[in-house]
Amino acid sequence: MEFLNLVLVAPIVDMIEYPSFFIEVVFGGLMSGVMYSLVALGFVLIFKASGVFNFSQGVFALFAALTLVGLMTGTVPFTLNKSLPELPAWVAIILTFIVMIGLAIAVERIVLRPLVNQDHIIMFMSTIGLAFVLEGLGDTIWGSEVKALDVGIPTGNFLIGEIQIQIFDLWAAGIAAFLVVVLAVFFQYTRTGRALRAVADDHQAALSVGIPLKNIWIIVWSVAGLVALVAGIMWGSKSGVQFSLSLIALKALPVLILGGFTSVPGAIVGGLIIGVGEKVAEVYWGPLVDGAIENWFAYVLALVFLLFRPQGLFGDKIIERV
Amino acid sequence: MLYRESGQFKTSYSADQAIFPIRQDNWAMVVFLLVAFIAVPYFGTEYFFQAIMIPVLIFALAATGLNILTGYCGQLSLGTGGFMAVGAVACYKLTTGFPEMNFVLVLLLSGIITAGVGLLFGIPSLRIKGFYLAVATLAAQFFLSWLFNKVAWFQNYTPSGTITMPPREVFGIAVTGANADAMDRYLFCLVFVLILAMAAKNLVRGPIGRSWMAIRDMDIAAELIGFRPFQTKLMAFSVSSFYVGVAGAMALSLWLGSVETAEAFDINVSFQVLFMIIIGGLGSMMGSFVGAAFIILMPIVLTNVMVGSLGMQAVTAKHFEFMFFGGLIIFFLIVEPHGIARLWQIAKEKLRIWPFPH
Amino acid sequence: MNIKRLGIGVLTGLGLTTMVATEIAIAADQIFVPGLVYRTGPYAPNGIPFANGMQDYLTLINERDGGINGVKIVHEECETGYNTKVGVECYEKLKSKKPVTVIPNSTGITYQLIPKSYKDNIPLLTMGYGRTSAAVGSVFPWVFNFPATYWSQATAVISYIAGKEGGLASLKGKKIVHIYHNSAYGKEANPTLKVMAEKFGFNLTLLAVDHPGQEQKATWLQIRRKKPDWIFMSGWGVMNQVAVKEAAAQGFPMDKFIGNWWSGSENDVIPAGSKADGYIAATFHTPGGGTKLHADIKKYVYDKGLGGGDLSRTGEVLYIRGMLNHVFVVEAVRNAQKHFNVKVPNGAQMQWGYENTNVTSADWERIGLPGYPPIKVSCNDHEGGHPVLFQQWNASAKTWKVVSDWVPVMKDLVRPLMEADAAKFAKENNITPKSCS
Repeated sequence: MEFLNLVLVAPIVDMIEYPSFFIEVVFGGLMSGVMYSLVALGFVLIFKASGVFNFSQGVFALFAALTLVGLMTGTVPFTLNKSLPELPAWVAIILTFIVMIGLAIAVERIVLRPLVNQDHIIMFMSTIGLAFVLEGLGDTIWGSEVKALDVGIPTGNFLIGEIQIQIFDLWAAGIAAFLVVVLAVFFQYTRTGRALRAVADDHQAALSVGIPLKNIWIIVWSVAGLVALVAGIMWGSKSGVQFSLSLIALKALPVLILGGFTSVPGAIVGGLIIGVGEKVAEVYWGPLVDGAIENWFAYVLALVFLLFRPQGLFGDKIIERV
Repeated sequence: MLYRESGQFKTSYSADQAIFPIRQDNWAMVVFLLVAFIAVPYFGTEYFFQAIMIPVLIFALAATGLNILTGYCGQLSLGTGGFMAVGAVACYKLTTGFPEMNFVLVLLLSGIITAGVGLLFGIPSLRIKGFYLAVATLAAQFFLSWLFNKVAWFQNYTPSGTITMPPREVFGIAVTGANADAMDRYLFCLVFVLILAMAAKNLVRGPIGRSWMAIRDMDIAAELIGFRPFQTKLMAFSVSSFYVGVAGAMALSLWLGSVETAEAFDINVSFQVLFMIIIGGLGSMMGSFVGAAFIILMPIVLTNVMVGSLGMQAVTAKHFEFMFFGGLIIFFLIVEPHGIARLWQIAKEKLRIWPFPH
Repeated sequence: MNIKRLGIGVLTGLGLTTMVATEIAIAADQIFVPGLVYRTGPYAPNGIPFANGMQDYLTLINERDGGINGVKIVHEECETGYNTKVGVECYEKLKSKKPVTVIPNSTGITYQLIPKSYKDNIPLLTMGYGRTSAAVGSVFPWVFNFPATYWSQATAVISYIAGKEGGLASLKGKKIVHIYHNSAYGKEANPTLKVMAEKFGFNLTLLAVDHPGQEQKATWLQIRRKKPDWIFMSGWGVMNQVAVKEAAAQGFPMDKFIGNWWSGSENDVIPAGSKADGYIAATFHTPGGGTKLHADIKKYVYDKGLGGGDLSRTGEVLYIRGMLNHVFVVEAVRNAQKHFNVKVPNGAQMQWGYENTNVTSADWERIGLPGYPPIKVSCNDHEGGHPVLFQQWNASAKTWKVVSDWVPVMKDLVRPLMEADAAKFAKENNITPKSCS
């Protein structure tokens, strides 16, 4: 009885008694959800257009952030001296994007083309291999020290009533929203976007209509690289750029399951749901079991959703034929 | 020419159903066993046992388990690390709770407990398929990791959260604990793993294995002709978890000695075992062993070559090792996506007609 | 394709042969000190300065003094990436070269090596990490964790807080939050903190942060609600940087935020920029590079181009800690050499050397780190009970400044807890405690 009271009643009472704190928790959850969505977007883009689950998306974000910091501090690659001129943030971002395009071309040529038409799990494994390669490469080129990243996003907080809002989070939400709008417009209204959707639907049909698969893949992986860069900037500003940045991919996986692997709005909505769910669970139910339940709670939440909708909230319905 | 089976006639059903029907295979197996039981203990150093042979055997067992689930039954699972942790913790609790229990029995019971846990986490597999199932098994991985970290009962209330295997003996020879000789531990591992691998091989050759493969290949069609998908999948989950749990228990008791479950059986282990079965070959018993050997040996070989022979700095070697490892994985997947087992099959086919080309 | 396959075959063959023939002999009159370092992996930012400090001190001894009493030191690094299994593999590989001691450099690896120490008889120095109850020398004769352990550090932190609040009695009713890395390392301080919470009457909240700690919003929401007076952090790696940033973003007063000695290095505060100003960390050595030892390091190591890292980073906290680690190793070797009249001590002799470590103020002057309190280790007390120092970060100058005296640890509170834990370990593993006369 006591136990039931503790689990079912007390947290709800807590939420109702202190509504402003509850709102703060929910808002905090939404904000961290947005950060997860940024990472999940990259996965969705690549899965949509090439059918590959790119496990190395987290390492892409790390590599992009490393390159950005390296360019901004004027570090000479493969050494540790900072003798090159320091570049302003926006120049460095553009240059990093060009590097990511180069990376996309390399990946398409070396990994995707030889493995075309293989099983999904083989492609998945090859992206894990790619993750290892990029990690080692990033470390060799830019070093393993932690690097501070500051592109000028303001920090600090302000209060609305009793609720504390952090300015950085608002910027993250704004940037993510902007990114989603740009991507949505890109997919719906441009020719390349339509070609991408055609490729996502059916590779062979797209080929027969004359859509160059190779170029489409390069474009998709470049856009995913850009998304990875944005994610790397946001997460890297919060924690400094170091190896652990690549582990954010694991945080994005529940978002993907919940939202569906093939849906951009799904990544956002899924992110928000996971973010809120995680934080509310950790703050209100976590103390009952000594805390740190966030990690697995996100996965369990996604799992519960999956049981009712096996393709995720917005994913393509899985049609199986005998 | 050397490998042809012409002239070998089977005169009984049991001979026909042997695991190695070709006589040359039998001889090869005998040679292999001789090397494993006699040559290796004679020539092996402690480093060789502790850092190479024992982990290869233990991971081969874990890879066998995962192969049963993913290779034979087609259910992708990324929770291997979590299940190994269950096996290790079960082994620890059983042996500290019942110090008189026979060590072999402890290992088998740990496996059975893990099988039960695996059964539980296999329930979503009826509704969820493919990659979604893989990510769902990650829920098992993270939850089990958290559980064993959080609930102090599992660690016998040590403040550090690390579980240490107390000394245990088999036939009067110490096999666990600090005083156990590396060679004794290796021989025990070898015998245990071989017996369990034989059992697995026979399981996948029989009707149960065939039902798994039917579900893997075309689960709707299989259901239509009478296989029961839910029961089959759950059976795959439990048998696979049994093997993985025993591997985890052996990892604690025979290899590591002392384990912090969240760190030793984290998600990297799950990926490592998945690598092993994909490189080794999905749906192949031999593939599990070969894959385990490949994945365990490669970093060690690379480091020894780079640091030892080429004299590189340890840290540069580590970076290159990462890149090499990733590059080799990709290379392997391009060259032979069905794994080393497939390469071996092709080699055997070619050997049959060698030196003729066809 | 054929060439590629040939290439792999050659590589494998090379590797296998090197594996079998690994016994590179160390000359009989050289002291072998291996280092299990982590210059890669998630904790590389912390591991790199530590490894450089370790390496540079030994180079200094070789260059300036010609070795320890004339016997040269051979230092070999083995890269573990802070991975326990790789660390154990490194240990097994290096064991055959007869090291005088092994520095595990990770709590996880330490736990693995402790059972092996009884058989291999190689003493381990786990300075400020590892298993705290290894301080009970009778149960753990081969493991040394001086100058101080996590439990003692927790008592020093509470003493420091009490000092700022106006005495131990004023702790009553104060709210202290301990955020800790959700691993064996992070949880170490919890039992001691709970005992002290009961004894001194402060309100203790324990908040776990899951590895790696990249996302801590939930933790800091709870902190904002609790409005604690003080926060104590046992973090490691990215958890530290994110925590400092979150505290700054939330507006928590930095001078009430105390990190333990693994949460108090430059790496942890630099990403937060100017917002981290005022953050406090515990330590057991003075920060900054102005000591006589540093002058020697520059003269004999860096000016000769033999340095491991960058000269500008020799003032960093973790670099100095790495050097300190090998200061203790060298002193123990000196002890053993003198007492047993040998050039290269074996395991048992090195153990004696550690057990009789007695670094006086005069010794610290000789070493080049004046002002450090003396350390005395004994057979039964492998911790030494060294006091703890507190330093504060100055974000504009990018340096740490000492803001306290050497705060003594509460030995009478901690020692019984250690002995209980050690006794439990001895019972579970059938170890008869060695007698310390």
